[in-house]
Amino acid sequence: MSNTAHAADHHHETFISKYVFSQDHKMIAKQFLVTGMFMATIGMIMSILFRIQIAWPGEGFAIVNFFLGDKWAPEGIMDPNMYLALGTIHGTIMVFFLLTAGLSGTFANLLIPYQIGARDMASGFMNMLSYWLFAASSVIMVISLFVESGPASAGWTVYPPLSALPQAMPGSGLGMTLWLVSMTLFIASSMIGGLNYIVTIVNLRTTGMKMTRLPLTIWALLVTAIIGLLSFPVLLSAALLLLFDRSFGTSFYLSDIFIAGEALDYNGGSPILFEHLFWFLGHPEVYIILLPALGLTSEIIATNARKPIFGYKAMIGSILAIAFLSFIVWGHHMFVTGMDPFLGSVFTFTTLLIAIPSAVKVFNYITTLYKANIQFTPAMMFSIGMISTFISGGLTGIILADSALDITVHDTYFVVAHFHIVMGFSAVNAMFAGVYHWFPKMYGRMLNQKMGIAHFWLTLISGYGVFFPMHFLGLAGVPRRYYTNSEFPLFDTFIDMNVLMTVFAIIAGFAQFIFFFNFFYSMRRGPKAPQNPWRANTLEWTTPVEHIHGNWPGELPVVHRWAYDYSKPGKPEDFVLQTVPLEDGEVDGEH
Amino acid sequence: MGFLLGFATLLGVILIVQIIRVFELTSKLSGNDQSTVSWKDNRNRAFSWLLFLIGYFALFIWVVLRWGPHVLPEAASVHGESIDFLFDLNWIIIIVAFTITHVVFVAFVLKYYARPGSKAEFITHNNKLEMVWTVVPASVLAVIIIYGLKTWDEFNGDVAEDAINIELYAKQFDWTARYAGSDNQLGKANFNFINTVNPLGLVTEATIDIRIEELNSQIAELNEELKHVPKDGLKEKEKLASIHHKETQLAKIHAFRRNNELAKNAAKDDKLVKVEMHIPVGRQVNIQMRSQDVIHSAFMPHFRAQMNCVPGMITRMRFIPSITTAEMRKKTGNPEFDYILLCNKICGAAHYNMQMNIVVDTPEDYEKWIAEQGTFNSKLMAALGITEMDNKLALK
Repeated sequence: MSNTAHAADHHHETFISKYVFSQDHKMIAKQFLVTGMFMATIGMIMSILFRIQIAWPGEGFAIVNFFLGDKWAPEGIMDPNMYLALGTIHGTIMVFFLLTAGLSGTFANLLIPYQIGARDMASGFMNMLSYWLFAASSVIMVISLFVESGPASAGWTVYPPLSALPQAMPGSGLGMTLWLVSMTLFIASSMIGGLNYIVTIVNLRTTGMKMTRLPLTIWALLVTAIIGLLSFPVLLSAALLLLFDRSFGTSFYLSDIFIAGEALDYNGGSPILFEHLFWFLGHPEVYIILLPALGLTSEIIATNARKPIFGYKAMIGSILAIAFLSFIVWGHHMFVTGMDPFLGSVFTFTTLLIAIPSAVKVFNYITTLYKANIQFTPAMMFSIGMISTFISGGLTGIILADSALDITVHDTYFVVAHFHIVMGFSAVNAMFAGVYHWFPKMYGRMLNQKMGIAHFWLTLISGYGVFFPMHFLGLAGVPRRYYTNSEFPLFDTFIDMNVLMTVFAIIAGFAQFIFFFNFFYSMRRGPKAPQNPWRANTLEWTTPVEHIHGNWPGELPVVHRWAYDYSKPGKPEDFVLQTVPLEDGEVDGEH
Repeated sequence: MGFLLGFATLLGVILIVQIIRVFELTSKLSGNDQSTVSWKDNRNRAFSWLLFLIGYFALFIWVVLRWGPHVLPEAASVHGESIDFLFDLNWIIIIVAFTITHVVFVAFVLKYYARPGSKAEFITHNNKLEMVWTVVPASVLAVIIIYGLKTWDEFNGDVAEDAINIELYAKQFDWTARYAGSDNQLGKANFNFINTVNPLGLVTEATIDIRIEELNSQIAELNEELKHVPKDGLKEKEKLASIHHKETQLAKIHAFRRNNELAKNAAKDDKLVKVEMHIPVGRQVNIQMRSQDVIHSAFMPHFRAQMNCVPGMITRMRFIPSITTAEMRKKTGNPEFDYILLCNKICGAAHYNMQMNIVVDTPEDYEKWIAEQGTFNSKLMAALGITEMDNKLALK
C-alpha cells in the first residue's frame, strides 16, 4: 500500500491511528490476517521440526539445532520434552491463533460491514480492542517459547494433572502459566469480537437487507459468533480454575496424587471435570473454525459456478442444526475416560446426528456445480479442494463418533488424520480461498493467478500426502504424541510411511512460500483491481476500490434481492447486483 | 541424512524461485489480467481435477496394498471380533460415500467448466431431492448407531462369575499389574501409603505399621530441625507446613486402622508384576485402573481395549482374550510376537516408552505362572528383612 494513494481519504490521520490503532474494520481485518499468517508460519515450522523427529528419530539435524538451540536439541537431536512442547504450541497456534482469530477475525471484520451494507462495525473501539487483545495474547504465546523450562507441553488440550504440576513435566512451569495468560486474553478478544459481530449483523443491515437476503458468509459468521459467545466463557472458567489449582492450592481438578516422592495435599478434585469444561468449548470450537470456512466457500462456489447456491434455506438450516448439535456432543472426546457407558451411548447418538446436516451441505455444494458454468479462479480451486477435504475428513468422523469403534482408535494417529483433514485442512483451504477471492477488496490489487494455482495443487497434494496415509498408522494402533515409534517392534512396518509423510510436510511448507511471495509482492506491485473482478452480486463489490471511511462515498446502498441471482434468465449479464431493483413480477430468492 | 535434507531444501528453494520467475514473466506477457481465466486455462484446470481424482484413488489403493495388511491386527478378544465387524460395515459405507461424492463432483467439474458460449442454468433448490439426501444418510446412520450401541454394550458387559480381578497401576513411566491373589479380591490401596517398599500404596496391617513408624520418625526429625531454624523466618514456616502435612497423613492412616477392618488384609496375598503380565485365554479379565500422578491410558490394540487411568478415581474395563500368544505367533509367522499394553494419554517426557508385554496363556500355563509369583506380603517382608513379623502381627 502506498501512502500517496490513500492520502486523499486519510489526510487527517496519523500513521499510528491509520495502521496501528485503527478502528476501521478493513484495516483491522488486514491486521488479523497478517498476524494470523505470522503465527501460522511459526506453527508450520514447528510441525516440520517434529515431523523430522518422527521420521528420523535419534538422528541429528543442523536445522533442528538451528531453531531449537543446544539446550533443546543438542547435536540436532530433539529433546523429548521439546517434542511435546512443539506439538502443544503447534496445536494451540493452529486451532486458536490461525483458524479462530486468523480466519474469523479477518473475514468477519472485512465482510460483515461490507456485505450487510454498513459503514463500519457497531463499535470500532471494541473492534480495535479485540485485535489488540489478540495481538497481546500472540506476543505472550511467542514469549512463552523462550522461557527456561520450556513452553507448555501437556498437549493443546492441557489436561491436568499433567499441566497443573511442574513436577510432572518442565513445560508445566512458567511456560504453562504464560499459556494460560495468553489464552485468557485470547478468549477476551474472541468474545469482544464476537459480541461486536452479532450486534452489527442484527442492527446495522442496510435497507432491504432482510435476514433471508443475507449472503451465507454472514449467516455463518453470525452463528459462529453466537457459538463462540456461548462456549468460550466455559473455557475461560476452565482456565481460571486451572490457574487456581496451579497457583493457589485449590483442588478443582486434583486429588490423590503422589509425585516426585511426595504425596500432595490435593483432595476431592477430578481431572475429568476439566475435560468436560474443556470440551464444552472444545467441540463447538471445531464449528467456530468450520462454519466460517463453509460460509466463505458457499459464497465463492456460487460466484464462480455462476449459479445460485443450491438450497439456500437448507444451507441456513444446516448451519443452525450444526450449531445446536455442536453443544451436545462434547462427550465423544471422552468415551474412554471411564464415564458412564450410558452417557457414551447418548453422545454417540448426538454426534452421528451431526453427519446429517453436514451431508446436506456437501450435497448442496456438489449440486451447485450441476449445470454450472464454472470458472476456475484460484479461490474456486481452493473451494473445490475444500469440498474434497470436507468429504474425506468428515467420513472418518463416523468411525470416531461410534463409541465402540473409538475404543480402538481413540488418541491414535487416526484421530490426528481425521481432524487435520476435516477441520485443519478444510478450514485452511477455505481461508486461502477467501484470501484469493477478497484480496482485491483488501489491497486494491490482484494476486497472480498462476502462482495461486501452483500454490493450490502443491498444498492439496502434499496435504493429502501427509494426512491420508496417517489414518493407517492410527488403525495399526500407533498413538499420537509419541516422541518416537521405534520402541515398539509392532510399529516398525511404518518407518517408511513416516518418512513419506515428513517429505510431504516439507513440500507443503515450501509451497507456502509461493503464497507469501505472491501475497506481499502483489500487495504492492500486483495489477490494479477492477471494482468487481469476479462479477459477484454482493455489496462489497459496489464500494470503491480505494478504501474510504464509511465504505460508500454517498448514501448507503439499498438492497432489493438475495445474493445469488447468478445466470438468472432474462438478465443481460450472468450476475445481478443486490442493489438492482426487482422488475415487475420478478420473484426474489429461491423459487 | 542431514546432508540429504539440506540438499532437498536447496533444491526446493531453487525450484520456487524459478516458478516465481516464470510466472512473473508470463503474467507480464499475458497483459496482466488476473481477474478472468482464459478458456484454455479454464479447460486445463478442469481436467487437472481428473488427474487429481485418478491420483487420489491411486494413492488410496497403493496405501491399502502397502500397509493395509498391517492395520487393525487380528482381534484377540471376544468383543474385539464384534468391533471388527462394525469396522467392516463402516468401511463399506465410507468407501461408497467417498467414491460416489468424489466421482460426481469431478464429473460435474469436467462437464460444466466454462467454455465459449456456455451458460449456467438458474436452479435454486429442489425439495424432493433434498428430502432424499436427508433421509438416506439418516437411515444409514440409524443402522450404524444401532449396531454401534450393541457393540458398545458388549464392551461394557457385566462381570463374569469366574472373572480374574486385576489392577493396572500407572505412573510416570511404567505399569504395574496387581493380581487379586487367592481370595480373588483386590485389597484396598491409598496414595498416603506409598513409599519405597509399597509403591502401590496397598493397605495391610504391616503397611499401616510401617507408615506410622516412618511418619512418626519423620515428624520427630522435623521437630528437631525446627529448633535450629531462626524464629518467624521462611524456613520455620516451611518446616511447620511439612510437619502439618505429615500429621494430616498420619491421621488419615490411623483412620484406615479404625475404619477398614474387613478390607485391611485383602491386599496381603495380592501379587504385583512389572514388565510382563500373563492372562489366561477364554476367561474374562476384569481390570480396575488407577494412576499415581497424571492421567495415563491403558491401550491394548490387539484386544480392542482402552481405558484412561485417572488419579483420584478408579476406572474399569473387561474383556475375554480369545487367542493365546503362542497361537498368535504361529498365525503371524512372527516368533517374537507379543501383545502389548501401551500408554495412550500424554503423560510426560517418556510417554513414548511406557509399555508392558502381555502374554495370553492357556489356563494351565497361567495357573502355573501365577503360582510362581510371590505375594505382596512375602515380598514386603523379604524387603524389610523380617521373616517372623508376619506371624507376630497375626498374633496381635
